[in-house]
Amino acid sequence: MVATQDAAPRRLQSERWKDVAFEWLTKAFAFFVFSLLAAILVSLLIGSALSLGKYGISFVWTTDWNPVKERFGAAVPIYGTLMTSLIAMLIGVPVSFGIALFLTELSPPWLKRPLGTAIELLAAIPSIIYGMWGLFVFAPLFQSHIQPLLINVLGNVPLAGNLFEGPPLGIGMLSAGVILSIMVIPFVTAVMRDVFELVPPMLKESAYGLGATTWEVVWRVVLPYTKVGVVGGIMLGLGRALGETMAVTFVIGNAHRLSASLLAPGNSIASALANEFTEAVGDLYFSSLIELGLILFVITTIVLAISKFMLSRLARLEGEKT
Amino acid sequence: MKSFKQLAVAMAGGALLSGAAFATDITGAGATFPYPIYAKWADAYKKQTGVGLNYQSIGSGGGIKQITAKTVDFGASDMPMAQEDLQKNGLMQFPAVMGGVVPVYNVTGISSGQITLTGAQLADIYLGRIKKWNDPALQASNKGVKLPDQAISVVHRSDGSGTTFIFANYLSKVSAEWKDKVGQGTSVEWPSGVGGKGNEGVANYVGRINGSIGYVEYAYAKQNKLPVAKMVNRDGASVTPEDDSFKAAAAGADWKNAPGMALLLTDQPGKGAWPMTGATFILMHTTQMKPETAREVLKFFDWAYANGSQMAAELDYVPMPAAVVSLVKSAWKAQIKDAAGKPVY
Repeated sequence: MVATQDAAPRRLQSERWKDVAFEWLTKAFAFFVFSLLAAILVSLLIGSALSLGKYGISFVWTTDWNPVKERFGAAVPIYGTLMTSLIAMLIGVPVSFGIALFLTELSPPWLKRPLGTAIELLAAIPSIIYGMWGLFVFAPLFQSHIQPLLINVLGNVPLAGNLFEGPPLGIGMLSAGVILSIMVIPFVTAVMRDVFELVPPMLKESAYGLGATTWEVVWRVVLPYTKVGVVGGIMLGLGRALGETMAVTFVIGNAHRLSASLLAPGNSIASALANEFTEAVGDLYFSSLIELGLILFVITTIVLAISKFMLSRLARLEGEKT
Repeated sequence: MKSFKQLAVAMAGGALLSGAAFATDITGAGATFPYPIYAKWADAYKKQTGVGLNYQSIGSGGGIKQITAKTVDFGASDMPMAQEDLQKNGLMQFPAVMGGVVPVYNVTGISSGQITLTGAQLADIYLGRIKKWNDPALQASNKGVKLPDQAISVVHRSDGSGTTFIFANYLSKVSAEWKDKVGQGTSVEWPSGVGGKGNEGVANYVGRINGSIGYVEYAYAKQNKLPVAKMVNRDGASVTPEDDSFKAAAAGADWKNAPGMALLLTDQPGKGAWPMTGATFILMHTTQMKPETAREVLKFFDWAYANGSQMAAELDYVPMPAAVVSLVKSAWKAQIKDAAGKPVY
């Protein structure tokens, strides 16, 4: 009797180390992420020390990029990265919202599955395929059909006209933005669809029962219920757009020049790195490229911070209302 | 005899472990421009001798870094290193193979070879000074060709490249403004135009953008069937880019007196000489800690000089002239030594 009563706790005692070991193991994995992040940051800082020391903060707004005379500045690629991502989000987010909405609220059941799978397959296509498709298929069509239209219709509008000036080359900032928007659509759509499906049917049915239209249900019920997830999905897409390399390199035109026109060739941080890293001869050139990488790191961190801040503000506002 | 024994032991060990004779393979890294011919040579060489070559085409910058760090047996660079840099890093260099850079264009109604450009005109186009195809300067040197009233779209390389180096080096020689404003390098600050990645990127843009002009390695112009422009060379003659004109450029060159054989074949004298020709270079350490491996590397290039010309021509490269090869071989003897100071090859 006594022996059997003691056996179980003793067994637990002897097995306890496994729990402890498991806890430490998972803890180690978790901290591995931190140390990896710190290591990347430190190595970026060390790598860019030369150019940081030489140019200081002025690197960010200098437009020069002259490997021969070794004068470097990041203004052109920073602008290109932000602008192409902005175009991508302006096109991608409304389209994704529409697709997700159709899939969850309006689509006949037999269409849901093939459409959903198609979206997921789009996300699985490697980015270089998008780049090649962009260059060989999209850019010629864009050049011959859409760009002349944009130039003729919008080119003469005051202010906005500056954005659509110049010869139709087919490649440039706008093309890169459009390709990027196609690339972020599956990501944003997938997240939006998943969170829309989490809305309890009772809430929606109550709203419909009160005579709300589909739009009202979506705008007043579904979206408020899922906004954290929606913002998260948009940020995921933005993260992809900011860091996308190969697809952008193919269609952006790769010119280190600042131009008001969206039809003009530009450059992004990621594509400048992809283009120039292999043949970067000279310490300062190399260091400046690493500093570009550091800047991209900082930009993505800021984007992440802003999204967290927005989410917490949203949550707080919610708390005040109820 | 002793080294042979060591080799045999190493090979036996290798065979036991993995069944592969890794002990004799040689490694190199660097320029992307000569990669196709190095790969072809390596393949044929392996069939004949069993010695493999592992060449990573990571770019000239990477090649220089790796050979300086001694992680590879030889480095490869399209841009020759200056004599003082070679000495500082304990390196020597020699040319392996040559190629030509050609201007290509896409103008409706004008076929290959119909347009002739001078170096100064090419510089002005890339500087953004000549903006239209029917510019008076272009029209004057192309009498009888109906040039359209169309904007010129300039296409250049977006990545650093030996092709760009040859191109920019030539323009620096023929245009004072280019030299002053842009200069030369594997990548430069382009005053105008769009950038394509790699020769294939530039060829693609030129093929697609009507009214465009670009520059590519000769092989890419041929493969993509792009119209090429003739150039007026230093002697004032108009030449067509082809194997003969590239060879003519190399013939007049004075390799003997070039420090570190750092010779560029741009703007060479000679009636038939193509003005934008260049060699690609191999970098090796002057003091070899592993003389056996160094010997294998030199054996490979010796074999390539002797047997690789046909293969080079098939891929539109230009083999080194015999006089230069014998110069290279004497440089090997004089400069590449083992730790004891004895010549390796």
